[in-house]
Amino acid sequence: MLIVEELNVFYGGIHALKEVSFQVKEGEIMTLIGANGAGKTTTLKAISGLIRGRSGSIRYNGEDIASMPAHQIVRKGLSQVPEGRRVFADMSVAENLTLGAYHRKEAISIKSDLEWVYQLFPRLAERQQQMAGTLSGGEQQMLAIGRGLMSHPKLLLLDEPSMGLAPLLVKEIFEIIREINSTGVTILLVEQNAHMALSVADTAYVMETGRVVLSGRAAEVAANAQVRAAYLGA
Amino acid sequence: MAALAFLGEGEDVAPVIQEILQQLVNGISLGSIYALVALGYTMVYGIIKLINFAHGDIYMIGAFTGYFAIKIFHLPFLPALVVAMVVAACLGILIERLAYRPLRNSTRIAALITAIGVSFLIQNVALLIWQPNPRAFPDVFPFRSYDLWGVYIDNRQLLILGVSVLLMIVLHYVVHYTNIGRAMRAVALDDDAARLMGIDVDKVISFTFAIGSALAAAGGVLVGVYYNRIDPMMGTMPGLKAFVAAVLGGIGIIPGAMLGGLVMGVAEVMVVALTESTWKDAVAFAILIIILLVRPAGIMGRRVREKV
Repeated sequence: MLIVEELNVFYGGIHALKEVSFQVKEGEIMTLIGANGAGKTTTLKAISGLIRGRSGSIRYNGEDIASMPAHQIVRKGLSQVPEGRRVFADMSVAENLTLGAYHRKEAISIKSDLEWVYQLFPRLAERQQQMAGTLSGGEQQMLAIGRGLMSHPKLLLLDEPSMGLAPLLVKEIFEIIREINSTGVTILLVEQNAHMALSVADTAYVMETGRVVLSGRAAEVAANAQVRAAYLGA
Repeated sequence: MAALAFLGEGEDVAPVIQEILQQLVNGISLGSIYALVALGYTMVYGIIKLINFAHGDIYMIGAFTGYFAIKIFHLPFLPALVVAMVVAACLGILIERLAYRPLRNSTRIAALITAIGVSFLIQNVALLIWQPNPRAFPDVFPFRSYDLWGVYIDNRQLLILGVSVLLMIVLHYVVHYTNIGRAMRAVALDDDAARLMGIDVDKVISFTFAIGSALAAAGGVLVGVYYNRIDPMMGTMPGLKAFVAAVLGGIGIIPGAMLGGLVMGVAEVMVVALTESTWKDAVAFAILIIILLVRPAGIMGRRVREKV
C-alpha cells in the first residue's frame, strides 16, 4: 500500500533520514520504533508532504506522492495524526472534527463517520462544544485521532499517540487503535513506547539515527536480543 | 442630573451632554471606517504574521474605483461599492501572489519591507496616473441631517454605520459558520496541522487577502462619500490609524479590530472637539505608544504565543 524507497531528508545541513526504505501492507498495523531523534517523525512528515525529501521515492497505491502538496495527499486517503496532538485549541471539539472532513462533500457519509468517532470516543461526544485547548491531554489525543479519522482515511499515520499519557489511558488508546484497524484502516504507528507498539503491530521497523536498522514481524522484532535490551528494558 | 452638579450654579447641563453625544455619533462613524480597514490588517496578520503596509493603499484604490464607477460608468452607489470591493479583492490577491508569496519562508522583516515597497509603488503609480490633486467624490446622497433631541446625525453617517455593521455581520458569519472561515481560523492557529486536514493553505491566504482588501475598499468608498474628496495619498494616514486600531484591539483578533477602530474614531473626534484639530493625528500614535507600553497584546489580546 505504501512503499518508501531510499528516502533521504536533510534539515539544513543535517542528514536526518538516510536511505530509509520500508513498506506498509494493506490492512496491517506497522510500527516504526526507535529512540528520540531517530527520524520517526521526520519520516511521517515526509510521507504527509509537510517536508520534502532530497531523493528517494514514496509510493502510495502505486502513485508517487513524494512531491505532492500535503493537502492533496490527505484527499488520497492518507491521514496523519501529528505528534503533540496539534488540535486547534481555540476551536470547539465539533469544529475540530468538522475540519477533519474539510475536503469531503458527501454529507451523509461525513455524518456516519462523525457518529463512529463519537462512538469510539464517548468523551468527545459529551464535550462537543468545549474548546479543544481546555481538554485534558488524553482527550486531546482522542480528538486528534478522531479528527484524523474524519477524513475517512485508508491509511492512518499515528505519531506518538501515547506521549504524555497515563498508563491506563495508553492502554485505552491502543485498544482503540486496534479497533480502528479492525474496520479495515491500515495503520502506520510511530512510537517510543516500543512495548505497547510491538504488542499491537503486525510488522515492525526499528530506526536509529536516521536509518532503518532492523525489520520483521512484530513478534520477531520483540524477541530480538538487541531490541529487548535497548527498547524493552529486558 | 445630581451627578453633574459640579457644573455649578446656573449652567445648563443639556448642551454638554448633547455635545458629548454629538461627538460620539461623529466618532463612531469615523471609527466604523477605521474598523473596516483594521479588519484587513488583523486578518492578514493572524494568518501569515505580516503587517501588510500596502493595505491603506488598497483602501485608496477602492475609493478611486468607486469614484470611477459612479462618475464614468454612472453606477448607483451600491453597485459601485460592490465593484470597488471586487477590484480591491483581486488587487489584494495579486499583491499577495506576486510580492508576499515568494517571501513566505524568508524572514519577517523581508516581507515587511516588501509591504512598504508595495505601498510606495501603488501610491506613486496612482500619483502618476491620477495626479496629486484631490478630486470631488460624486454627491450620491444629497446631504440631509436629522435632529434627534439636539444631536445631529446625517444620512451619510447612517450609511457608513449601516454598511459597516452589515459587512461585519457578513464577516462574522463567514469566519464562524462556513468551511472557508473555519479553514482560515485553522491556518491562523496552526498551518501545518491545517495542511494535514487537507486545507490548501495558499488558497486560504489568497481568500484572506481578498476579504481584507474588499473591506478596506468599502471603507475607502464610504470615506469618499463622507468627506467628498479623494486623492492618491489618502490611504497613508487612515492606513496607519487602522493599523494602530488593530494593535489596540489585539492584532490577529477580529472583534479586537472592530473595537479598536471604534475607540480610535471616538478618541480622534473627542480630541479635536476638546483641543485643536492639529492634535488629530497625534492621538493615534499616542495611543499606539501607550498600548505598547501598557498592554502590548492589545485590549482583547491574551498572552503572546510564539509558534515554534
